[in-house]
Amino acid sequence: MSNLDITYISQILTGYKSMKGALIPVLQEVQNHYTYIPEPAVDLIAEALNISPSEIYGVLTFYTQFYTQPEGKYTIKLCRGTACHVKGSKSILEAIERKLGIRVGETTKDDLFTLRIVACLGACAVAPVMMVNGDYYGELTLEKIEGIFDELQAKECKSAKT
Amino acid sequence: MKVKKEQKPMDKGKKLQSIEELESLQQQAFDRYDPLRKRVRICMTGCLAHGADKVRDALVEELENQGMSKDIDLVETGCFGFCAKAPVVAIDPEDIHYQRVKPEDAGEIVSETLGKGNIIDRLVYFDKKANKRLPYTQDIPFYKRQVKHVLRNCGRIDPKRIDHYLLNDGYKALAKVITSLSPEEVIEMIKKSGLRGRGGGGFRTGLKWEICRRAAGSPKYLICNADEGDPGAFMDRGLLEGDPHSVLEGMLIGAYALGARFGYVYVRAEYPIAIDHLKIALNELKSLGLLGDNILGKDFSFHLKLKEGAGAFVCGEETALMASIEGKRGMPRPRPPFPAHKGLWGKPTNINNVETFGNVPLIILNGSEEYTRLGTEKSKGTKIFALAGRVNNTGLVEIPMGTSLRDIIFDIGGGIPKGRTFKAVQLGGPSGGCIPGDHLDVPIDYDSLINLGAIMGSGGMVVMDSANCMIDVARFFLEFIQIESCGKCIPCRIGTKRMLEILVRITEGEGKEEDISLLKELAEGIKITALCGLGQTAPNPVLSTIRYFLDEYKEHIFEKRCPASVCVPLIKFEVNRELCKKCGICKKVCPVGAVSWEKKMPAVIDKNICIKCKTCIENCPAQAIQ
Amino acid sequence: MDGKKIVLSINGKEITCGLNKTILDVVRENGIQIPTLCDCKNLAPFGACRLCLVEIEGIPKLITACSTIAVKGMKIRTESERIDKSRRFIVELLLSDHPFDCMFCEQAGTCPLQDLAYEYGMKNIRFPGEKRATITDDTNPFIERDNSKCILCGRCVRVCDEIQGVGAIGFIDRGFQTRIGTPFDRNLDCEFCGQCVASCPVGALTAKPSKQKGRIWQTRSVKTICPYCGCGCNLTLHVRDNKIISVTSDPDTLNEGYLCSKGRFGCDYVHHPDRLQYPLIKKDGQFIRSSWEQALTLVAMKFKEIKEQHGNDSLAGLSSAKCTNEENYLFQKFIRAVLGTNNVDHCARL
Ligand SMILES: Cc1cc2nc3c(=O)[nH]c(=O)nc-3n(C[C@H](O)[C@H](O)[C@H](O)COP(=O)(O)O)c2cc1C
Ligand code: SF4
Ligand code: SF4
Ligand code: SF4
Ligand code: FES
Repeated sequence: MSNLDITYISQILTGYKSMKGALIPVLQEVQNHYTYIPEPAVDLIAEALNISPSEIYGVLTFYTQFYTQPEGKYTIKLCRGTACHVKGSKSILEAIERKLGIRVGETTKDDLFTLRIVACLGACAVAPVMMVNGDYYGELTLEKIEGIFDELQAKECKSAKT
Repeated sequence: MKVKKEQKPMDKGKKLQSIEELESLQQQAFDRYDPLRKRVRICMTGCLAHGADKVRDALVEELENQGMSKDIDLVETGCFGFCAKAPVVAIDPEDIHYQRVKPEDAGEIVSETLGKGNIIDRLVYFDKKANKRLPYTQDIPFYKRQVKHVLRNCGRIDPKRIDHYLLNDGYKALAKVITSLSPEEVIEMIKKSGLRGRGGGGFRTGLKWEICRRAAGSPKYLICNADEGDPGAFMDRGLLEGDPHSVLEGMLIGAYALGARFGYVYVRAEYPIAIDHLKIALNELKSLGLLGDNILGKDFSFHLKLKEGAGAFVCGEETALMASIEGKRGMPRPRPPFPAHKGLWGKPTNINNVETFGNVPLIILNGSEEYTRLGTEKSKGTKIFALAGRVNNTGLVEIPMGTSLRDIIFDIGGGIPKGRTFKAVQLGGPSGGCIPGDHLDVPIDYDSLINLGAIMGSGGMVVMDSANCMIDVARFFLEFIQIESCGKCIPCRIGTKRMLEILVRITEGEGKEEDISLLKELAEGIKITALCGLGQTAPNPVLSTIRYFLDEYKEHIFEKRCPASVCVPLIKFEVNRELCKKCGICKKVCPVGAVSWEKKMPAVIDKNICIKCKTCIENCPAQAIQ
Repeated sequence: MDGKKIVLSINGKEITCGLNKTILDVVRENGIQIPTLCDCKNLAPFGACRLCLVEIEGIPKLITACSTIAVKGMKIRTESERIDKSRRFIVELLLSDHPFDCMFCEQAGTCPLQDLAYEYGMKNIRFPGEKRATITDDTNPFIERDNSKCILCGRCVRVCDEIQGVGAIGFIDRGFQTRIGTPFDRNLDCEFCGQCVASCPVGALTAKPSKQKGRIWQTRSVKTICPYCGCGCNLTLHVRDNKIISVTSDPDTLNEGYLCSKGRFGCDYVHHPDRLQYPLIKKDGQFIRSSWEQALTLVAMKFKEIKEQHGNDSLAGLSSAKCTNEENYLFQKFIRAVLGTNNVDHCARL
């Protein structure tokens, strides 16, 4: 965190200085770039937008989209909506937790996977469903979970070697 | 991957200065269209979760390889509705419906169907009842009972192309409004149509517009609520992904009627495709001058922006939504003052749901009277439902108001899978309730559902079967509410927490005799004291399950038994030897090898090994594991 | 003020009141009590505690009096079975997530939650459950926080933002875990005006300097003016055994109950052993106690001597912002007219 390059934040901010209600879009852009909202960013944003850091912190802890810790290489978003629930997404969640050895909100030690749950992905028709970095995986079963993560882990092992 | 598109898009970058120019653009789209040209349509939205992108790539490649890419268009569409059969591909002009298409099928589709006009049987819908293959969309029971008005273009056009929308009467309603109707007349038409808000509350849209039009203050704001927070709903997602222009046209008409100069579409961030399609549509509108100042050379200006939500269900509530646009925590504020008087940045503001706006062009084009032909006395038009859960044909369904739940679940939805029995259907998500089998014949409208202890909601419809526990469902919704409560007011913040704690102990076998009356008391208290709609309706899922499934509560509390085998602490993880079919599936699926089974013998679970993951229970065809 | 009046009714009694007032204001003007926790003078209505719910004829839902503007012809009820039930419900919920700690709480005796619990006789909570953990901080010498007592009325956050314009604290997280705090839970580092402490109705924010020094009913209050600057804020000193143990300010005064950190937390010098209580004259390197008479005579003599030897302009006067305008006026008059120089300045001029 110490060698965080803040130039990008300053760059973003120039585009937003006079915009009303700029805070959330700014946080979204910052997070897109850094995968989370670094603490120094909050003070920079506060100064540029003339909002107190405590208000910004309030906003970023209110919305589930924002994180204050770096994300793993893959973010798993498991849907915990109603349709997924009645089709057993709780068991799927437990299976992922077992498989990766992390709980919701945590990142694996190798910084590969962060596990998150979302209220609903809007893909209820193929429940239970999850997204891994923008890719949807529908009609999940415990078996499929094994396969998906084995494959991703294998891919990462390979790319780590080369 | 480069995708071969239909004919070249029209010349853009030129702002339309008049109605005539818009009309000539519409004419151009029409002239270029050849209804008999062969086209392959593929859903590139919902079906992505089933690898539709790979199917598309394969189709593109095959068209190229087989030398047909010049003669045949590939159209990337929004959702067809029949998500259970994803990925879905359709072939025009015949409207052949292929389902569960794999990339390996692409070659055959191109050579056989597109090349020779032969139908590939294995990709066709099979109607078990009639014991028949049904290759054409119109014959499939899932589509047959539906009336696709608002969803008319979904799955038919490329939502990223405005010319496709123009071809289908797009922006004709806007032209009509601007040339021949005063704002008051527009409002009158909406009022006469009886259109009620599709966001859940069912407030009369025409009246809402009138109040805001009359409110003093400027500028006025118009907001489209695309937050779709009900965790079992995807109607708005479907419409925005599949036909964003119909919603934007509704907004333009609304802006004209209200005198709103600025607008926002507030869309949840979990919908990347909808956001993408909206961005494309907004850019097209801007470059054509259909958004901005002096639209079509008239004294009518409307500036529309996209705002992405950041993950908060409560931001579907109007005052929280506005706080969120203002860049604040989405904490609701008391009303009055109502948004129509003091809304976004203190100015008069009108908020409508996606589907509400989607209805508006239809009313304007076809007239209020035509619109009122469908529906019940107090609920007019059609309603889109997102059918999900334990039902065969999951997907997007549009039906006339007044259709019965039974028709939706059993005719359109094809009933309950795995040979289980229907138990309840949940409507209205965390604000709604569960309706049991006895009431399935009630015609759906806003008022009949309220009488049943549910609500229309925004259209989430989650079907549950005998393997679902209703206390677990109530607990699920309260868990959701507790995560999503903004924490501002006491009844919601602490009250729903207390309800949840009681439900948790009931599902964990610690339920007490007085728990049901405590739940009811908390529910009533929260309903009358909570600040916003979230809290005021949060107890509904609990109340409705107590109303219809009291016995199940009692079994949990007094017998410490979960009849659906869902609540883990109440499951013994023992095989009922009488029910067991001796099939051994449980042995096969158990991830830790806790089940022993020999042919023709009932299975046995070793509790020392079992991790209580319930995989066996979910897969047992006889519900024998208890 | 255009002097316009409207007529409405409260509990069946016809009442005339001014325009654009909240129902709560009108009700209170007429001597009727409604319990409130989140309402706070000068702050925008918040509507969070839900205690001020009233009935209005024609509106099925209960309405919060603090946030609703009274309009002509409104028929308001402030008491009914439904209202009473709702209020009790809310207090019961609050208590279910509150440490029963009144015997140690600094706020005991001035706490409206304690009063409500007492009034409703709420000894048994029918739905006990999880309580929030205590998060106390921190290193600053003035303000003590105890989140487990916080009722999230938001008064502290709002006063810090709306009145003080600082925004040092805010709401964090949501749902049951919502709390008040600083960004990234850093140590509080602000103006320490203590406006938040003063507006906190319960014992979630208290003043460290007065901790365990005395109960409100053990103190005598003395009204005075703040000695620090010329603003002249009203202070109420709470005195026990002739010692000031805390300072507050009455909201119905010119400074509306707001103080700065010096006024609120800076009175400890009064009892400091090093404080000068009489003039000292230095003789042979030793300070010797003297009378004012003696001391002033000595000063006057010295001034005269300097004037005569070095001229008027060898003298200068520097005044203090602690003095009032009148005192400062007199001071410059003295320098100019008596000492005969224009060398006069003031510490606040910079
Ligand atoms: C907690 C809560 C969540 C809501 N979520 C949504 C939503 O996701 N989409 C929506 O259109 N309306 C939602 N509503 C209803 C809206 O506040 C509002 O009434 C609606 O958008 C108005 O549009 P309509 O009149 O067209 O229905 C929600 C209301 C509450 C209280
Ligand atoms: S009811 Fe719940 S979501 Fe609504 S204001 Fe109260 S705490 Fe917030
Ligand atoms: S002491 Fe003053 S500045 Fe500091 S948090 Fe409290 S109100 Fe804000
Ligand atoms: S600390 Fe006090 S003033 Fe601030 S929200 Fe909590 S109870 Fe209210
Ligand atoms: S005083 Fe009105 S809600 Fe708290």
